[in-house]
Amino acid sequence: MEQNQNIDLLRFATAGSVDDGKSTLIGRLLYDSKSIFEDQLNLIKTFSKTHRNQEIDYSLVTDGLKSEREQGITIDVAYRFYSTPKRRFIIADTPGHEQYTRNMATGASNASLALILIDARNGIVTQTKRHSFISSLLGIRDFVVAVNKMDLVDYSEEVFDSIVKEYNEFADKLSEESIYFIPISALKGDNVIERSENMPWYKGSTLLDYLENVNVSGGRNLTDFRFPVQYVNWGGGDDFRGYCGTISSGVIHKGDEVRVLPSGKTSQISRIVTYDGDLDYAFAPMAITLCLEDDIDISRGDVIAKSDDLPAITGSLEANIVWMDSDSMKIGKDYLIKHTTKTVKGSFTEVLHEFDPDDITEKSSEFLSLNEIGKVNLELKSPIFADIYSENKITGSFIVIDPHTNQTAAAGMITKYRQVSPAKGCESVKARVIRYSGDKKEDAQANYDRLSMQGTHCIYVDDELLQETLCRGVPVGSEEYSQAIDGLCEIVTRSGVSVVLCSESVRS
Amino acid sequence: MAAAEESYRLSNLKTLEAESIGIMREVAAEFENPVMLYSVGKDSSVMAHLAIKAFYPKKVPFPLLHIDTGFKFPEMYEFRDSYTKKHNLDLKVHRNEEAIARGINPLSVGTVKCCAELKTKALLDGLNEGGYDAAFGGARRDEEKSRAKERIFSFRDKHGQWNPKDQKPELWNLFNSKIDPGESIRVFPLSNWTELDIWTYIYHENIEIVPLYFAKKRKVIEKHGQLIPVYTDEHKEEVKEVMCRFRTLGCHYCTGAVRSDADTLPKIIEEMMVARHSERITRVIDHDQDSSMEQKKKEGYF
Repeated sequence: MEQNQNIDLLRFATAGSVDDGKSTLIGRLLYDSKSIFEDQLNLIKTFSKTHRNQEIDYSLVTDGLKSEREQGITIDVAYRFYSTPKRRFIIADTPGHEQYTRNMATGASNASLALILIDARNGIVTQTKRHSFISSLLGIRDFVVAVNKMDLVDYSEEVFDSIVKEYNEFADKLSEESIYFIPISALKGDNVIERSENMPWYKGSTLLDYLENVNVSGGRNLTDFRFPVQYVNWGGGDDFRGYCGTISSGVIHKGDEVRVLPSGKTSQISRIVTYDGDLDYAFAPMAITLCLEDDIDISRGDVIAKSDDLPAITGSLEANIVWMDSDSMKIGKDYLIKHTTKTVKGSFTEVLHEFDPDDITEKSSEFLSLNEIGKVNLELKSPIFADIYSENKITGSFIVIDPHTNQTAAAGMITKYRQVSPAKGCESVKARVIRYSGDKKEDAQANYDRLSMQGTHCIYVDDELLQETLCRGVPVGSEEYSQAIDGLCEIVTRSGVSVVLCSESVRS
Repeated sequence: MAAAEESYRLSNLKTLEAESIGIMREVAAEFENPVMLYSVGKDSSVMAHLAIKAFYPKKVPFPLLHIDTGFKFPEMYEFRDSYTKKHNLDLKVHRNEEAIARGINPLSVGTVKCCAELKTKALLDGLNEGGYDAAFGGARRDEEKSRAKERIFSFRDKHGQWNPKDQKPELWNLFNSKIDPGESIRVFPLSNWTELDIWTYIYHENIEIVPLYFAKKRKVIEKHGQLIPVYTDEHKEEVKEVMCRFRTLGCHYCTGAVRSDADTLPKIIEEMMVARHSERITRVIDHDQDSSMEQKKKEGYF
């Protein structure tokens, strides 16, 4: 019982072309881990015998819609669950058909690992690449590539090796951090849960073993505190006024000084309220209610952040877009952009390029159509409070809604923004101090380069510069030196510039 | 940093709880007139508990709606009234009075027709009359294969119908709540919970549930392999006393009990962990025909 309370959770999405055997594999994982109840299994067995002329068709475990079973294909994402003593899994089993690519993206957007299936007979096809690319764009950094149907290629090591080589060449263009290859047969069960005797040449993990033990890298930003206000809880005859929301990233403590956007007003956290009692601190992705010391006018869509680390206020974005609507993108048309808890009007001004999913090359394009992926410029009619997607999935993502049809037309991931200048009525823009100790000079320099490339106004401050200017003659490491640095940072951040600080006397 | 990372880790249940609370607040913020469907079962208890948590210290800002067929277990009515009163929840009840007056019941017209009249029609009329634009339901994706396909925000047309082949993509936690007048959204805040999560959460949070979930000796008759409870003097000769409990609650005509000695939450959880049959096996209506749940959902049932 306690185990289920504390066990951790891995969300993964399947990907790959139609008929690569995704549903069969998931069916097999559930069946072999005894996660299918007997009554459900009996229904599947009966249907398999009467309609498919086979003992058991594992794909029926996940293909839950009548039209899917009739056509033998997956149309929409099925969310499946299974647990082992080590981990709990939520699987988004996604469709392979190109026609249903948007449903694949739906499944992948909340996953932290992609399980990509390849049919050993066909090798890598366009959908393998398209899905790998979408997974990578959506920020998934861990891939498991299962080369399936090994039984149909005589369990050949050469076939497996050549697919591994080809996939690796393609994946050089993606930003994945780890790829693990496993030769399997979902139908026969080789290397799914049990090690295969048919492939003695394979020395790696079985699929289940890998999924149970993989340490999924990153994803969660615990540095930058972001709290989009979702719901203002007040009224009803008492003085209580709280701001409800889910922490997008970072950590907040009672007493912390915060700044509210867009007003730019500052205050302190007076209470972190939950039904189970007030908390001293809270972190992403907790759903909490914040109270402030001061009476500030705050509404849904505002953002509470820490004074020295703010998101950008921007109305001008560059973003990667996956188009999901059968109506193509129209340049200049007003769409609704839902970003965190704020929905604003906005229009696409230009398609910078479309991606060819086959080789991730860029080609020119006037607009995007169903299932196409591209990089665009977008102008908003009111500012949002945003970060770059690679730094912050929640404050870096948005959906596009067509106001005429109410359809979700696209998913967007912010790659760059242009700041609204402080003179245009916003008191604060993204500004923060990023501190590195003296021995992290390379990291500091690299971060500075990256921020500059993204268009963030920032300056680089190290001991050399400080000794030449502000802190001439002041010993490094002294209290006076640290105070001088803090004072400098304060002045600079107030003007809306970020500081990358690398110093022997850095304090956290 | 590794130690700090560890102290900033949420358990599985706390992650699910935070996700559900986030969904409820989003609906309260974005819709004019939301309602929470309340069926008095264990999932409803968890859902209502989460709503209380989401808006604490204030009152839950939307009503609870019970679609009452008139055939629920007597213990359910008793629990419903005392629970909602205790927690200051705004309970509304809707019944298809016309069909009830006609004497519709599963024995007279069969389960398919009975559900269509007393549940689906009553639900659609109830939602219509209240003018609700969003309705929470406690369905979970692990319950049944067509439910595994549901979005969290699930669009319904002017007639309350679901089109499983044309669902809106749902990215990250950004929910599209734009609808035209007359259309509505069904919201499933418990989508990612499993039956075991529900029980474990009930145990940890000390959530009240209808006593029918706990095993005790009950008067039942055995019909098509199901233990059907008896509340009248009918079938006197077939009635036997069996130690049993309910895994799921519906109408007392159509919900079977399972033989069990589990009379406490830990025992129920233990039983769950070794269960070899799905919870809905005791629900007669799920087995009317192939894809019966998918069909009912298309027509407007939850």
